[in-house]
Amino acid sequence: MTLASNQSNSQNGAPAIRIVDLCRHYQMGETLIRAVDGVSLRVQPGEFVALLGSSGSGKSSLLNLIAGLDRPTSGSVIVEDRDLAQLSREELAKHRLRTVGMVFQSFNLVSRMTLAENVDLPLRFAEVDRGQRQALTRQALERVGLSTRMTHRPSELSGGEQQRAALARALINQPKLLLADEPTGNLDSRTGTEIMNFIREFNQSLGMTIVMVTHERALAERYARRMIFLADGKLVDDQSNPTPVTTSLRGERR
Amino acid sequence: MKTYDLSELALRNLRESSLRNSLTTIGISVGVASLVAMLSLGIGLQKLATRHLAKSGLFDTVVVTSRRELRGFSRDDERSTASAAESRTLDEPARQEIEHLPDVLEAYPDIRFITELSYRDKPHLTMVSGIPDSARSNDAFTGIPGSFFSSATAPEVILQKSFAMELLGKTPPPGQEDDVPVNDLAKPLLGQELTMRYAQRVSTPSSAGEDAPAKSSPSTDPAQSSSDAAYSVISREQELKIVGISDLDPDSMRGAARARVFLPLKLAQDLRVMQPSDVRDSMRGFSKQPSYSTISVRIKNPKQVEAVEQAIKKLGFNTFSILDATRSLRQFFAVLDLFLGIFGSLALAVASIGIVNTLVMAILERRREIGIMKAIGASDGDVKKLFFAEAGAMGLLGGVVGVALGWAIGHIINLGTNIYLKRQALPPESFWSVPWWLVGAAIVFAFIVSLVSGLYPAARAARLDPVQALRYE
Repeated sequence: MTLASNQSNSQNGAPAIRIVDLCRHYQMGETLIRAVDGVSLRVQPGEFVALLGSSGSGKSSLLNLIAGLDRPTSGSVIVEDRDLAQLSREELAKHRLRTVGMVFQSFNLVSRMTLAENVDLPLRFAEVDRGQRQALTRQALERVGLSTRMTHRPSELSGGEQQRAALARALINQPKLLLADEPTGNLDSRTGTEIMNFIREFNQSLGMTIVMVTHERALAERYARRMIFLADGKLVDDQSNPTPVTTSLRGERR
Repeated sequence: MKTYDLSELALRNLRESSLRNSLTTIGISVGVASLVAMLSLGIGLQKLATRHLAKSGLFDTVVVTSRRELRGFSRDDERSTASAAESRTLDEPARQEIEHLPDVLEAYPDIRFITELSYRDKPHLTMVSGIPDSARSNDAFTGIPGSFFSSATAPEVILQKSFAMELLGKTPPPGQEDDVPVNDLAKPLLGQELTMRYAQRVSTPSSAGEDAPAKSSPSTDPAQSSSDAAYSVISREQELKIVGISDLDPDSMRGAARARVFLPLKLAQDLRVMQPSDVRDSMRGFSKQPSYSTISVRIKNPKQVEAVEQAIKKLGFNTFSILDATRSLRQFFAVLDLFLGIFGSLALAVASIGIVNTLVMAILERRREIGIMKAIGASDGDVKKLFFAEAGAMGLLGGVVGVALGWAIGHIINLGTNIYLKRQALPPESFWSVPWWLVGAAIVFAFIVSLVSGLYPAARAARLDPVQALRYE
């Protein structure tokens, strides 16, 4: 399994993510919004990090900067030894394609395409051969238990199924980093747990580095090994969580 | 993204909102159809006109006259441009000299005379003209009832329709001559004999004994007898067989002097009929050689008409060709094509705005989708290419459908026109021509117009900020 090779990376000393004095300011009318305001942070390969904070604390903005969807106003985001602030638009697209996989609260599947086509899409952008693509897509959907739903459209599926498809899509190009923005936010607790179990499995068996944004402390405590608290764009606390729950607690409220 | 994947994805996207995209494509089709229809009408009309003019022999013919001729239309020019010393007699050596000029196909004398033809013992006076064998393909002689002359010296005649009517005693009221079908006239006349009474010019010493009317073709060549100092005029008769009736008026350019009965040129020459120029020559003292009043020169290619004209003028003759008229005709068609093309393109321009509109709408509608694609790794170029491909696909499809539509419209109009022509008892014509280059050019043009229309929407889609695109909803 190629994904397993990520684990060897986790042994060397270079951090998966190194953030130095990162700022992201928006001008909104008259007021300057400091979404991310001087954050410095290191994430080691294979870590499972939760970004916590109330809404507007800047946790999603920080995630978007790591994902290369947004560019910092100042400071640097170094992911896998590449400073995203220095990359061209083209190189940033490549970073999003190959280095990171993303899942969102609202799943963000293309509604006009079937599940298989959705999962296949990053492979198209990566110019993978047609025959190879089919096998990879099937494999990825099998991993999340959706091999029988390949020709269904997102609207024909439950929220949990959609998020599982989104996970399959995020993994298809074998990234080293999984970025999740409130992945269980639109799901009930049972399916939320199901999704979190998948994410934990990717972290543990594939050695993927996970950065998950959530506002639910309980969820973070149960799965993440490290919890970073943000408020008003600043890093206010960084706790390690040595004893995340290793088995899911069925029926427990979030 | 690979080209194949790109086009597959683009087509897939187009199918997804099929109503809007097919309406846009129909818009392009209508634009292309109008362009194709307009241009093929222009090309068709031009072909029609050129075909008729080329067949009439006007394009490639130069009429040569002597500068001594006192022809009404050229008198003023002659006095000013040529002195009497430069002028030459238009005789057989001159004809041969002209015929040997480069690019000249043939040069033949224009033989025409007024004479009396008897049909069933009833005399009819008319102008008779000699027709060279090359006139076989002339519009006036193709597809006529009967046939062209069987040989260059056959004692045969082709009648113009009005003369045929006169022979049969059918004289319709003026203006309605066209309503009589030429086939009805041909039936009783084809194969019948006419007797032509004419004045033969005979060299005095050699032909003094021949006083009986000659029934067969005379064997002496006019060139041989040209050295005779004097000649006499003898009345003769010639039996002629009617082989064809021409519906058109091949001699219409001649105006009042137009002939209504046509003989093979060689036969007409051999008969050595007294020509009006003979009399004039004898009066003016140039009677040593018989001269021709005019010589028609056929040229290989209409493009060389001007050069040949110059060469003939250098020999000391007057020339006249319809080249100037054709030049302005060509100019007219170039302008017509341009205007038709502009009007056709207007529809395509409107259609291209439709493409811009459709794609801009698609961007608004697919804002989130573009954001998703970018979030999972699509580059600006991928997004741009995708919209470009969608515009191009609509253009290509619209172009192909449009050409087919334009072709169909053309055929329907042509069919309708021909039904109308048939009712007016006119022969069917093709006003329509869709050459292959037009098919190709129209499709390529539609494709390019679509790509240009896609430029702005594609650039706009590529510029979309993924964070903003994904934020809402």
